[in-house]
Amino acid sequence: MDRVKGFLAQVGWTLLPFLVLAIIWETVARSGMYPPKLFPSLVTVFEALVRLVASGTLWTNTQGTLVRLVLGFALAGVIGVLLGIAMGRYRFVEDVFLPIVSIGYPIPGLAYAPLFVLWFGLGDLPAVLLVGLASSFSVTINTWKGVKAVREVWIRSAQVMGASDRQIFLQVSLPGALPYIFTGLRLGLAQAWRILVAVEMLTAVATGLGWMIFGAQEFLNTDVMLVGVATIGAIGLLLEKQVFARLEAYTVVRWGMMRA
Amino acid sequence: MAQSIEVRNITLEYPGETGTVLAVDDVSFSVAESEFLCVLGPSGCGKTTILNMLAGFLKPTKGEILIGGKPVGAGQDRGVVFQDFAQLFPWRTARRNVEFGLEMRGVPESERRESSTRFLKLVRLEKFADSFPHQLSGGMQQRVAIARALAYNPAVLLMDEPFAALDAMTRDEMQKQLTEVWQATKKTVVYITHNVAEAVYLADQVLVLAPHPGTVKAELRLDLKRPRDPLSPEFVAAQRDLLGLLQH
Repeated sequence: MDRVKGFLAQVGWTLLPFLVLAIIWETVARSGMYPPKLFPSLVTVFEALVRLVASGTLWTNTQGTLVRLVLGFALAGVIGVLLGIAMGRYRFVEDVFLPIVSIGYPIPGLAYAPLFVLWFGLGDLPAVLLVGLASSFSVTINTWKGVKAVREVWIRSAQVMGASDRQIFLQVSLPGALPYIFTGLRLGLAQAWRILVAVEMLTAVATGLGWMIFGAQEFLNTDVMLVGVATIGAIGLLLEKQVFARLEAYTVVRWGMMRA
Repeated sequence: MAQSIEVRNITLEYPGETGTVLAVDDVSFSVAESEFLCVLGPSGCGKTTILNMLAGFLKPTKGEILIGGKPVGAGQDRGVVFQDFAQLFPWRTARRNVEFGLEMRGVPESERRESSTRFLKLVRLEKFADSFPHQLSGGMQQRVAIARALAYNPAVLLMDEPFAALDAMTRDEMQKQLTEVWQATKKTVVYITHNVAEAVYLADQVLVLAPHPGTVKAELRLDLKRPRDPLSPEFVAAQRDLLGLLQH
């Protein structure tokens, strides 16, 4: 009984700020300060949501975005983790790539988006490549730092127990660097989202949430735009709670290397 | 399986800010098979440096170290227990930490399990086999580290102040258990400490070092019968002898 009560209280406290925000929004929308076409009431937005779900439009666009996000982020994850590990392990790889990564890291991905459109045309390919490139930097840098930060005493213990270089790498450096790798992937995913939504507005993809928002602007469909924005937020939250939080709970948190 | 250790005139110099620093100067000693040697000295006497050379992490500038008549190499001829509790791999359970050395050698799982069970039992932690290191207390973690260092059956066991960071009561219990483990496995042990009572409790032979640079000041053989009683007159007398050697 107490547990149910505790759970309800927790849900209540989580929802409270949203409720306050909704009340403020609704008050402004109904006050007539702005034309309803520009500042729609939440009822209108909800109706738009129902309409978009019923017609399948929302799902089609979400799917388009998710496919690009997954492909681009997978590209960044694989390249970033492999390169970061190689940089952490081999001096010459570090010497070659660190300057490049250090310069590339602070450049916003959107800066070279127009170039990618010229090179790869419109559509999915430049979008996926851009997402991959832009989000790979933080994965690379964090993985590299993680490999460098592996405790000396673990390496020594493994050495004295007869582990080969390869075994030390797979059995010690990699799991030892995992907290950093997760941090890198998390930051990378956030960047992937940012660049993807913007790129969808630029590269004229067939479907996508960014494209849906951009297209709705033409017709002053602010309700559709808001549904798009809310969907992006919901997917982000879902990825964080269902993917990252679970992965961490199962590994670094369970091992006491990171607190939940 | 145990082997003798022969240390002949080892010297270690390293480049410092103001010229070369002499950390260890012409140290020689030997440890017979299954003997327990304590290296005792104040901080700065190069005790850990000597252990690092025995373990193969550092190469002496001069002199040589033989384990079982052969130079220290990359093989699994020695087990090392560090002072740092964080030496265990946090992503492996106690059991899988203990099995690490065997796993590296490609020993099949059933055999590894048997071995880890035996050594966890030896340090009285069989109930905690499936716990992760962060779930264990400092003393328990050090016992897992001892089991891990023994499980792949090295000829010698090197220990660098493994109980220094433990509270006094736990430390006494650890020393008692270590004596039992040593008697059961008959390993040759080199144990670094700055604690006189600990040296008297554990050692067959004590090597007293002087600092800056690290040199051998004296060697003392202890023939007190085991298990040793820290309150007995002989024990106190041995402590007094060692303190005298340290101070002169």
